[in-house]
Amino acid sequence: MTAVDPVTADPDQPVIEVTDLRMRYGSEDVLTGVDFTARRGEVLALLGPNGAGKTTTIEILEGFRMRSAGHVRVLGVDPAHGGEEWRARLGVVLQSWRDHGKWRVRALLEHFGVYYRPYSTGAVKRPWPVDDLLEAVGLTAQAGQRVSQLSGGQRRRLDVAIGIVGRPELLFLDEPTVGFDPQARREFHDLVHRLSDMDETTILLTTHDLDEAEKLADRIVILAGGRIIADGSADALSRRMSTEAEVKWSRHGEHFVHSTLDATGFVRRLFAEHGEDVADLEVRRATLEETYMTMVQRFEQGRAESAVADFQEATR
Amino acid sequence: MNRTWTPYRAGLLRGLLEFRYFVTSAAEMTGALFPSLIALVVMIFLRDTDVDSSVVSLGAMTMPSLIGMNIAFGGLMNVLGILATEREDGTLLRAKAIPGGMTGYLVGVVVLTALSTVMTLLVMMVPALTLFDGVGLNGLGGTLTLLWVLTVGLVATMPMGAALGSLISSPRLVGLLMLPITGLIAVSGIFYPVTALPGWVQGIAQVFPFYWLGLGTRSAMLPDAMVAVEIGQSWRHLETLAVLGGWAVAGMLLAPLLLRRMARRESGSAVAARRERAMQSAVR
Repeated sequence: MTAVDPVTADPDQPVIEVTDLRMRYGSEDVLTGVDFTARRGEVLALLGPNGAGKTTTIEILEGFRMRSAGHVRVLGVDPAHGGEEWRARLGVVLQSWRDHGKWRVRALLEHFGVYYRPYSTGAVKRPWPVDDLLEAVGLTAQAGQRVSQLSGGQRRRLDVAIGIVGRPELLFLDEPTVGFDPQARREFHDLVHRLSDMDETTILLTTHDLDEAEKLADRIVILAGGRIIADGSADALSRRMSTEAEVKWSRHGEHFVHSTLDATGFVRRLFAEHGEDVADLEVRRATLEETYMTMVQRFEQGRAESAVADFQEATR
Repeated sequence: MNRTWTPYRAGLLRGLLEFRYFVTSAAEMTGALFPSLIALVVMIFLRDTDVDSSVVSLGAMTMPSLIGMNIAFGGLMNVLGILATEREDGTLLRAKAIPGGMTGYLVGVVVLTALSTVMTLLVMMVPALTLFDGVGLNGLGGTLTLLWVLTVGLVATMPMGAALGSLISSPRLVGLLMLPITGLIAVSGIFYPVTALPGWVQGIAQVFPFYWLGLGTRSAMLPDAMVAVEIGQSWRHLETLAVLGGWAVAGMLLAPLLLRRMARRESGSAVAARRERAMQSAVR
């Protein structure tokens, strides 16, 4: 076995490559053909309502779950057959609960670091020195504390520290801020920004919160109904959204609503046809957030198919 | 540093550190030693109770058996309990996310279990040797016997503990497993000579490691005359080695398969689901 040096590895090769990924539990199709890629250094958010298959997708990429079908490459390797060397280049941030409660923070990070030492390469010194790591996640003051004594926010930062102790080329974060108060959430977002700035670390995170995806990610991939229904930067997605507008008006006291891609043309025709009768005219462009929220609500009401279809219509 | 051996080294350090955390935790030490201390007090009361005009008291006869039982119990239940608990709390998943982490984790469990079993054994040995007439290490031979019985006993029971632990989905099931194991111990000649039991019960007892470990420690620590109350009036060292060896081989064949199966199924959502269940049953 020889170490793959990330510098000499093809920088244009996608870090994550997913084509027609399918997952079926019994007779239930959870993923029905997922496609996306992540480039080196990119922060990618996998966004979708609860139950959309985000966790399933990320666990397949982490090599923790076997897929039913499809082509998946993570750092050029099929995660179903990823060896220890491949594992050493990944970081997985797990949600701790009460594991290693007796351990002291520094001892735990030093222990996990030992496993990465033989995977050091000329370009990447592994593991991350514990003092630097503690400082990066803001746990220097807690270094001597037992893990069980940490606050919820501190524990999550320790989870991140464990995830990055091997200086991964690719980091997975599954719903990293669930259960956070706004303060802890902001601190966590700062931490992710620092991580993506520091090295060329590629980050894949899942979230059901569009706001979080917009804040953290270079690119958002929206997963719903078992497939990717939108893919692009937050800006690009909202620009695409804004082509859709909602026109409201009334005629003889009766109220009307119409969604259209060509608001100007529609209003011109409306006046041409009804002239003076048109009243209470209102033209509103839907924001990305509104369109997304509508989709999520309908998805959660069990109308997944129509929700996804309409969303795709809106973002086309 | 070498990629093959790093996980073993990390696991050794892990086991040592976990052992240190264990002995410095008053609650855990009490939990681990309390049953042995109770048994010790009972045996001290039985110091003067004789069995059928034998050369040693019932208390003296039982002390070595208890030490043997502790080896089996420590090997089996410690590993089983640790695996069941640490699978639920996500320790295992963390190990899985690290290169060589599973190997290191298992080595750590083995080291911790071996050390804590030896510690319990020593805690029992000191009063056994000092307070009971007729109990002693029978020279170099007895010491060597005790050492090999301890080693083979751990090798026979730890893989089985790992195999059973990887089948159990919740630490709350460990208590359920205690029932049949307690039953087995009751018929394994630990508290009373097995020869006093019906033949078919003796047959069952001789399938499992508890009886053989008790026999092994008795042979190392009791006067030779006590062989009279054993099956076939013999310490049966070869048979002991054969049966325990059989368990060891079976365990080592079974454990890797079951451990791999268990590890394969670990994922963040599996741990989250278990946490959810544990929280609910804690609230109820």
